[in-house]
Amino acid sequence: MIESPSSPLIESAGSRVRAVQDDFHGDLLEISMGPHHPSTHGVFRMIATLDGEAIVKLKPVFGYLHRNHEKLGENTTYLGSMPYTDRLDYLNSMTNNWAYALAVEKLIGQPVPERAEYVRVILAELTRLQNHTCLAGFLMQDCGCSGTPLMYAFREREKILDLFESLSGSRMMCNYQRFGGCRVDPPSEWLEAARRLTEGYGAFLDEYEALLTRNEILMARTQGVGRLGPELAVNSGITGPMLRATGVAYDIRKVDGYGIYPRFTFRVPLGAHGDTYDRYMIRILEARESISILRQALKDIPAGPIMDPKAKLRGLRPKPGEAYGRIEGPKGEIGFYLISDGSPNPYRYRIRPPSFVNLTLLEDLCLGHTVADAVVILGSIDIVLGEVDR
Amino acid sequence: MSAGVFEMDSWLERLPITARDLLTGYLPDPWRWIAQSVIAIVVILGVFGTLFAFLTLAERKILGRIQNRPGPNRVGWAGILQPFADAIKMLTKEDIVPRTADPVLHYLAPVALVSFSLLSLAVIPYGRHLVPLDLDSGVLYFFAASASSELSVFMAGWAGRNKYALLAAMRALAQLISYELPLLLSVVPVVMIAGTLSPSGIVAAQSGWRIGIIPHWNIVTPWGFAGFAIFMVAALAEANRSPFDLPEAESELIAGHLTEYSGFKYALFFMAEYFAMIALSGMAVTLFLGGWQAPFEVLQFIPSYAWFAIKLLALLLGFIWIRATLPRLRIDQLMRLAWKFMVPLALINLVTVAFWHLSAGWATGAQPLRWALALALVAVPFVLIGRRLTSGLAPRIYRYAAP
Amino acid sequence: MLGTGILKGLAVTARNLTGSFHDPARFTTTQYPEERTVLPDNYRNFPFLVSDDEKDPMGTLRCVACQICEKECPPQCIYIEKSKDKKPDANGKMQIYPAIFDIDISVCMSCQICVEVCPFEAIKMDHEFEIATSNRFNPLLLNREQLAKPNTYFHRIRPTEAAEVDARLDAERKAAEEKAAAAAAAAAAKASQAAAAAKAPPPAAPAKVPSPATLEAQAKPAAERPDSSAGGIKTQA
Repeated sequence: MIESPSSPLIESAGSRVRAVQDDFHGDLLEISMGPHHPSTHGVFRMIATLDGEAIVKLKPVFGYLHRNHEKLGENTTYLGSMPYTDRLDYLNSMTNNWAYALAVEKLIGQPVPERAEYVRVILAELTRLQNHTCLAGFLMQDCGCSGTPLMYAFREREKILDLFESLSGSRMMCNYQRFGGCRVDPPSEWLEAARRLTEGYGAFLDEYEALLTRNEILMARTQGVGRLGPELAVNSGITGPMLRATGVAYDIRKVDGYGIYPRFTFRVPLGAHGDTYDRYMIRILEARESISILRQALKDIPAGPIMDPKAKLRGLRPKPGEAYGRIEGPKGEIGFYLISDGSPNPYRYRIRPPSFVNLTLLEDLCLGHTVADAVVILGSIDIVLGEVDR
Repeated sequence: MSAGVFEMDSWLERLPITARDLLTGYLPDPWRWIAQSVIAIVVILGVFGTLFAFLTLAERKILGRIQNRPGPNRVGWAGILQPFADAIKMLTKEDIVPRTADPVLHYLAPVALVSFSLLSLAVIPYGRHLVPLDLDSGVLYFFAASASSELSVFMAGWAGRNKYALLAAMRALAQLISYELPLLLSVVPVVMIAGTLSPSGIVAAQSGWRIGIIPHWNIVTPWGFAGFAIFMVAALAEANRSPFDLPEAESELIAGHLTEYSGFKYALFFMAEYFAMIALSGMAVTLFLGGWQAPFEVLQFIPSYAWFAIKLLALLLGFIWIRATLPRLRIDQLMRLAWKFMVPLALINLVTVAFWHLSAGWATGAQPLRWALALALVAVPFVLIGRRLTSGLAPRIYRYAAP
Repeated sequence: MLGTGILKGLAVTARNLTGSFHDPARFTTTQYPEERTVLPDNYRNFPFLVSDDEKDPMGTLRCVACQICEKECPPQCIYIEKSKDKKPDANGKMQIYPAIFDIDISVCMSCQICVEVCPFEAIKMDHEFEIATSNRFNPLLLNREQLAKPNTYFHRIRPTEAAEVDARLDAERKAAEEKAAAAAAAAAAKASQAAAAAKAPPPAAPAKVPSPATLEAQAKPAAERPDSSAGGIKTQA
């Protein structure tokens, strides 16, 4: 972090900001990073105002991927919106599906059979694994490793995507959860393959950590960069690993206990500094906890129906009312708010995207840092533009 | 210390100069010298040009293999024609010169960069009889030539008349200048011990084997190992290679000093980076790895130029390996590393080598003590200054929420 | 000590470099197009229409143009026009068929909802993905002829699912036959009763609607239509 001795320093957001109203220094340099940029994780634009090397103002500009998802939801049936939720956070389609299914099931009061709940937990944790692996790879790519950690991460992620493909038919756009259960019953070979993958994933995480966690250059690039304090995080509505990296113990799986999560024992790792290194390490630790949940779920999964026999597939007309269903997605709290007026289409269909809310703090995190740091900080927030823009 | 240096001078060893004499032996005196120089130049350009071409391919394939993928393998058998495809691509791209740019400087910058990198290749001894230019002050000449190429970096930033390119060029120049100091300071011990600035003399000073299997290369001594490590890190920075490639990074402020270049001139910049890498590796082999000497006495039947090639390729492989593994350093971290870590260590290395030289005459029983003291003089400052450099950075232990 | 983390990282990359030459887990590239990954059965790309007989694809389409898939498709990429006449289907019942069935695969997002909601097992997901064209309009609008593929193809790409579908259709057909046979028996009983009652003064008998029994008798030759699926749909005994 570069500071100048000549202007007063202000403590804010855990990092120091130089007063912008400063007549002594000359022109400030305004640069625009993106939307076509190799390091911005999608079509995302940052307009940064620099004083020398340090950022004094940063305005994120997004909306380049806006696809009218919420309006489309008003014109589509409840079932028809399910494939669109795959495309929100396109890396984590299974958890998006589950959040939406949860909201609709709350709206219509639909119970879910036990086997379906186990399968949902298994798929959600697999999604969490592959998302955190993705993030580790992308963050390293932003730090400047020429692709090696990214390739290792994607090599392992491919195995999880192969599991998704053999179960739901598609690697990323799974369209798998339904209101009242899941679409396809996983056969025993699939469960066996999932078991094998779970056993092998720990070794991959060990190798990955040997490559990176104690790397001095990585520590120099990420420790102390983009520090976030817990009060600001809570006040801004930050959720997910970014919040837990600041030390706030809030994990919706523990708080709400949705699905059958109370049956599983797992720990919630917490950071102390809230900087980029903490956000990265919390995700690696959460991946290890996901492996533990997967082991328990794969051991205990019962036989039974995968879908509630009385659930209707089409022609759903919920009674007028509203419901908010949220889950702990890999990026944070993803929630769906539905208002129904008795017709087959919802009256209002609102998504609470975790990436969007987490992104609102980008300026506060980047003030005082250089452009290279801003790229790393953006990488550590873990955004997906499909979710930010909807 | 075993005596006897130039034992095996086989026909294989003498093959290059025999070929050269065949071609030029019949010429009268001044013409013969000119012809031999021209042959040397052509051979160097040819060999190192080809080495550059296949080094780009090797880099991509090794990087690929490290990343669990094959690398380019479509053009030609296993991708062997890929460099030529890239060359054709670069040659056919449009060469854009900004209207407000200074045309002479804009043209001159890449040309000068490549020329100086090539000039520095003239003094490296590639084999027992293969020194293109046997200067008494060859080491000085080498570093003068490679330092001159830094001027071209600034020329490139200045010529575009682009404020941001100029800023980036100044930053790149600062990196290059900062790392010149550890580079040169790590060479001084070698010169002190060898007593000469001539590369052939330095190679000769590293000749001989102890009990036939331990060579007398500089790297097997404590100060030589430290000097080699400092030299290689500084060489990484001089050649703008990862982890010091911030001037070329994509996430950097604009595109750096290469903003205004396209087409073949852009390719020339990267060519210069590779030539600098090759030249610095060649000098490292000469200074620390015994040049063209064989590692074991029995392996002397392999010609000297082959040994040089093997060592050079090993160092280049090391460059590629480091690029594949390490993230990039930020510019201020880079500068701090140079000034606060490498320069002090290089200065302390001078003390170590002075001690080593003065204690050369100690009795055989005191030799282990000499080694121990020298190792301590190398290791202790490394650990202490290293700890100071990375203070505040440490792996952390994380707590878990109460259930 | 400074540098240990870096050295550990270098060891990991070295292990991957040497491993890529002998360990398939460290060399995971599928060199397309010389090698191709085996797609799982469940893999879905764009839909296709199932026809029972490959010699007469248009005549044996299972689709009866109920238009449920058209209504449920989220991006509305299906366009169906019903026919004016009727054709007998596999159960012998006269059904309308789709005169036009277009899917715009530049819009289709392969969500598989059309497959889930179809009550007649008429539309299934295909595996074909190497279908790139250089014209983005006409070649990406698939019509009925392009979409129709035989049941044998369905068995080839998704054997388990095709076998299940065939079993389900067989069960339905059997149930329909049994119902028809029972109705025929009941009608025959009723006809004999009516014949006995015809000896009495004939009431103004309304024109006899052809009984289901006669319809069955008419349809029987149609049932000899060859079902040439390899899965062995049982023809009517």
